[in-house]
Amino acid sequence: MKKIDYREIQGNSLGYWVLFLLFGAIIAVAAGSAYYMEHNGHWVTGMDNQIVWGLPHVFAIFLIVAASGALNVASIGTVFRKEGYQALGRLSGLLAIALLIGGLLVLVLDLGRPDRLIVAMTVYNFKSIFAWNIFLYTGFMVITGVYLWFMMERKMNRFYKPAGFVAFVWRLMLTTGTGSIFGFIVAREAFDSAVMAPMFVVMSFSFGLAAFLLVLMATYTWSDRPLGNKVVFRLKNLLGVFCGAVLYFTLVFHITALYATEHHGFEHFLLVGGGIFTQLFWIGHVLLGNLLPIALLYWSKTGSSRFWIAVASTLVILGGFTQIYVILIGGQAYPLDIFPGKEVVSGGFFEGQINSYSPSPWEFLLGMGGVSVAMIMVMIAIKFLRFVPGSLADEGKAA
Amino acid sequence: MSKPTSNDAPDFARRAFVAKATTAAGAAVVAPGLVVTAFAKPADQPVSAKTRWGMLIDAAKCAADCTACVDSCGDQHGWRDESVGRPEQHAQWIRKVGLRDTATGHVTSVPVMCQHCETAPCADVCPTGASYRRPDGIVLVNMHTCIGCRYCMMACPYKARSFVHQTLTDQLPDTPRGKGCVESCNLCATLIDESSGTAPQTACSAACQKDGNGAIVFGDLNDPNSEISQRLKKEPSEQLRADLGLNTGVRYQHV
Repeated sequence: MKKIDYREIQGNSLGYWVLFLLFGAIIAVAAGSAYYMEHNGHWVTGMDNQIVWGLPHVFAIFLIVAASGALNVASIGTVFRKEGYQALGRLSGLLAIALLIGGLLVLVLDLGRPDRLIVAMTVYNFKSIFAWNIFLYTGFMVITGVYLWFMMERKMNRFYKPAGFVAFVWRLMLTTGTGSIFGFIVAREAFDSAVMAPMFVVMSFSFGLAAFLLVLMATYTWSDRPLGNKVVFRLKNLLGVFCGAVLYFTLVFHITALYATEHHGFEHFLLVGGGIFTQLFWIGHVLLGNLLPIALLYWSKTGSSRFWIAVASTLVILGGFTQIYVILIGGQAYPLDIFPGKEVVSGGFFEGQINSYSPSPWEFLLGMGGVSVAMIMVMIAIKFLRFVPGSLADEGKAA
Repeated sequence: MSKPTSNDAPDFARRAFVAKATTAAGAAVVAPGLVVTAFAKPADQPVSAKTRWGMLIDAAKCAADCTACVDSCGDQHGWRDESVGRPEQHAQWIRKVGLRDTATGHVTSVPVMCQHCETAPCADVCPTGASYRRPDGIVLVNMHTCIGCRYCMMACPYKARSFVHQTLTDQLPDTPRGKGCVESCNLCATLIDESSGTAPQTACSAACQKDGNGAIVFGDLNDPNSEISQRLKKEPSEQLRADLGLNTGVRYQHV
């Protein structure tokens, strides 16, 4: 590996502390929200016995998926030996761990019994994909931690390539496992598809890279460090490819579903008549979350502007969030088909109805708390440890 | 819909009545001369796979306006005691569903509850194994190890499970329930376990025999001489979402 001068950021500016306090305040409010929900029970939330997973799960899944994607930059440098990416490996691994911790916190704090976390960590049903995921998530943190250590400790440098390879394989398994949480649900036609697993892998590429690009550009801009166009353009071009891949998997998912008559009802609901879910799908996920970013990233006028690259990355993140919202909430809003060939004319438990969901502020704040935990971890880490190269200027021999 | 919780102390007279009703119903089944050997195990013996408890529900006998099964289940297990929240958040162990055949217009009404699948998706997905299936076919939730993740509710094809959204007080002693855990029909496991040496009944089947139209038959699917086995052998029946291949313990007729 080429000699790269990693340096801590100073982290003494007013901007740093304002940002730090902002994230800290959100975390405090999120902790209060979690306590409020846990103390009262979930009746204070928008979730119910029809929409059983709500906004906290959207946040948690987004953060977990983005976490494994954030590690891509390190993987490209280590596994595929692209030197241009190697300088970014440390920040990539750091962001991956931070996003995962943020996501897991949200997931755990939304449990009906968060006090029983120790049960979840000690009693396993190995037929459950959830139980596998507990190992995949904790394993990811350990492996990425070791990978970072090998990258950052000169004596261990010679082992960092195998560690990077293991981390790369593990991250693919992790996102496959996350996608399979839905893919394995045979009862709900919105989820039951093997395409879910590879689709989540590709979603992770896209969301994780968008998050990485934003963190990278913010870090270098706000710490007045040189960041060359070569690095940024390489990453933004890759982000455009990932956006296209997400659209491809979305297309495959819906085309395979549309081919089977039994899914026509759900597909019509989601693509045409589902109200807010239809709008979120077409406007949020497809248009603003992928088509517009592709245009912004590849059109020469906007594609060469840091500002528009940041806008495109933000859109990818918001679009990804929307995509998970549509998959998760939309999939639950559509009623279960318990009696094929029958129409429900009366029912004691909201039978055969489109279920509605209005998230409560507490759920949103808990989710934002997860995001803030991830961001504050990155801020603290780059202030005290050498995660970020002092310069990523083009003039250097970074490429 | 919800009942006040303050005076929900266990009603032993009611439970004694249910016990007598189940005994009476059992006797009524024996009386016509049917040989019923589906007695529950003695209390000091473990549950065994020799028995598989199940129910047969005849939609042709189930009246649309009758809610005897739902009411008796609520009384037996005390699940209609929420004091706050929205109706969508309240527990529902069993409900009546009215159906119309989209092709023929034929209208029926049936109770729907946990179908006690042999390969239960809820038990498959439960990370801690809190959702499990007893050897005698009853699908239960272990309230000590349920972490409230609700993955089982996502996986259940029958919407049979409920998450408890609020603090509960004065729960009935035989039905452990609590905030933050998932619950569902337990096929009156306690009634079955306590009915040593007699033919057990669930609250819903007993109520259906007494106050309804006898649409629900409860018994041992593994006993070839039980009424439920005899009927299932002679008469057509179906499973809900049979395409999923779950081998449900609850079967339906004339839906």
